[in-house]
Amino acid sequence: MIDLSVKLPGLNLKNPIMPASGCFGFGREYSQFYDLSELGAIMMKAATAEERFGNQTPRVAETASGMLNAIGLQNPGVKQIIANEVPFIAQYDTKIIANIAGSTMEEYEYVAEAFNEATDVDALELNISCPNVKEGGIQFGTDPAMAAMLTEKVKKVSRLPVYVKLSPNVTNIVDLATAIEAAGADGLSMINTITGMQIDLAKRQPLLANQVGGLSGPAIKPIAIRMIYEVYRHVSIPIIGMGGIQNAEDVLEFLLAGASAVAVGTANFQDPYICPKIINSLPEVLEKYGFHSVQEAIGKGHV
Amino acid sequence: MRQELCVIKSVQEIALDTYEMKIVNKHISEHAKPGQFLHISVDGFTLRRPISIANIDQVHEEITLVFKVFGQGTKRLASYQQEMTINVLGPNGNGFPINDRKKVLLIGGGVGVPPIHFLGKKLAEQQVELTTILGFQQKESVFYEAEFNQFSETIIVTNDGSYGEKGFVTDVLTQIDEFDHYYACGPVPMLMAVQKQLSDKQGFLSLEERMACGVGACFACVIPTKDRSGYRKICQDGPVFQAEEIIL
Ligand SMILES: Cc1cc2nc3c(=O)[nH]c(=O)nc-3n(C[C@H](O)[C@H](O)[C@H](O)COP(=O)(O)OP(=O)(O)OC[C@H]3O[C@@H](n4cnc5c(N)ncnc54)[C@H](O)[C@@H]3O)c2cc1C
Ligand SMILES: Cc1cc2nc3c(=O)[nH]c(=O)nc-3n(C[C@H](O)[C@H](O)[C@H](O)COP(=O)(O)O)c2cc1C
Repeated sequence: MIDLSVKLPGLNLKNPIMPASGCFGFGREYSQFYDLSELGAIMMKAATAEERFGNQTPRVAETASGMLNAIGLQNPGVKQIIANEVPFIAQYDTKIIANIAGSTMEEYEYVAEAFNEATDVDALELNISCPNVKEGGIQFGTDPAMAAMLTEKVKKVSRLPVYVKLSPNVTNIVDLATAIEAAGADGLSMINTITGMQIDLAKRQPLLANQVGGLSGPAIKPIAIRMIYEVYRHVSIPIIGMGGIQNAEDVLEFLLAGASAVAVGTANFQDPYICPKIINSLPEVLEKYGFHSVQEAIGKGHV
Repeated sequence: MRQELCVIKSVQEIALDTYEMKIVNKHISEHAKPGQFLHISVDGFTLRRPISIANIDQVHEEITLVFKVFGQGTKRLASYQQEMTINVLGPNGNGFPINDRKKVLLIGGGVGVPPIHFLGKKLAEQQVELTTILGFQQKESVFYEAEFNQFSETIIVTNDGSYGEKGFVTDVLTQIDEFDHYYACGPVPMLMAVQKQLSDKQGFLSLEERMACGVGACFACVIPTKDRSGYRKICQDGPVFQAEEIIL
């Protein structure tokens, strides 16, 4: 029997697979396809203090081995999410991770505090790395001092374990990660999308209405692996890895790099069953490469 | 909506860069309503391609798609051969509401014609009196004229006047007598003109936007609405909307 379970702060996961934030809404749509209880956890779409309508369209573009998105944090606001969305996911036997975002430190604190009331939420994922909003978001994610301050403030107001989601749009990911760890984060999640652009030849202008967007999908997997590998060597808090995962082999690669669990984003759009498929094939892949459990494989790619 | 595998029965070029693909699938043929679409996985591409259902033959469990080669994805799709299998999500979205209609005007522009065809056939089965205006760029782009003629009085308009009447679909709207509802699908400038010109009528518009998940989870394909709900999702709440509800 291959043991898929992993224990992370606040998250006793039956398996290490979860849909990534923004790629799974609040679970409703994908619950038409399979029983969400199969999932280790669900990372909800970002929550902000008030309802946000997001950017103009077009919001997505296809790229070689990936896609660009500039949704702009559209969400119904934290109150609505707690009232309408969390209870829906709570029907299932899976962990709930609330992704939170904001334009100001106060907004992050407000949203984090609001989730204290949501007893079914198991952890927070602090999205300090969204490239698609005009203010906040990415600034907090590129300056280690700012990121640390934000982490500290959120830790202070929240009853929940806090995972900070790192931006790959930095020159030194280790500085950022160590500053966030020192500020008291319970874990890291990485990576968010990488800033990119596509230009419409006929219109002679950027294709996305927001001009820039975040690159995701298999195109970014090597970057995610490299960054997790580097960060793993310098921190002792667990890492939830993501970026281009499409199958159980990819999951093992993330585990070897140092991730303790993984999230699957863009791949859900191609195959709505991708998460349960990966969960089902993971034992075989672990066994094939000589592991008896997920736990055993974490960080084993380091020389 | 489900993920389904469909076997391709035929692929045929029916007009300039325009392909008709017939695929076989029981579930979709039984459940599809006019206005719904299939979200088609194309080899080598990250995102699925949304294509409307142009016709259903329930007896043979056959679905007809008509698409124009626009970029790389549709080019690849057009190269698919008979007997190959395609993976689709569908039927997706909400169809056109079609109950209690008497006299209806159908308007289709370019690749907006396929869903209007399926709709027209269904309305004709319900004895609805139909008039159809189909707009194309030029003579070589015209398709399905004979199909529409079987159930509707049909006016063809081409932008350059190389076939039918010259101009845009809105140029012939004044020729149409009384009708109680209209339905339109086509490029946004056409829909805007129709929405404006027929603002005193009850109408339904079917919209296109770049999509990712196609099921309502990712918030990529939204359209602003006039009420304070702000945005609606084209893939899940649409692609059909009441004309007065949305801001084009
Ligand atoms: C609900 C719906 C129904 C549709 N029905 C039909 C139909 O019946 N027949 C038909 O010919 N076309 C239809 N379209 C448009 C069709 O989806 C696009 O032409 C097609 O996706 C272009 O793909 P591509 O790879 O050739 O182009 P590319 O430009 O290479 O595609 C790049 C990306 O942009 C997206 N994209 C580009 N143009 C459009 C567009 N107009 N609408 C949505 N996404 C777009 C693609 O899906 C892809 O993700 C429909 C679109 C929607 C939203
Ligand atoms: C359409 C879309 C929306 C996203 N929205 C969010 C979001 O709201 N919050 C967040 O932290 N990350 C968001 N992300 C980033 C993903 O959670 C993930 O970090 C990234 O896409 C890399 O994983 P992938 O390659 O498996 O998609 C979004 C990604 C996509 C493609």
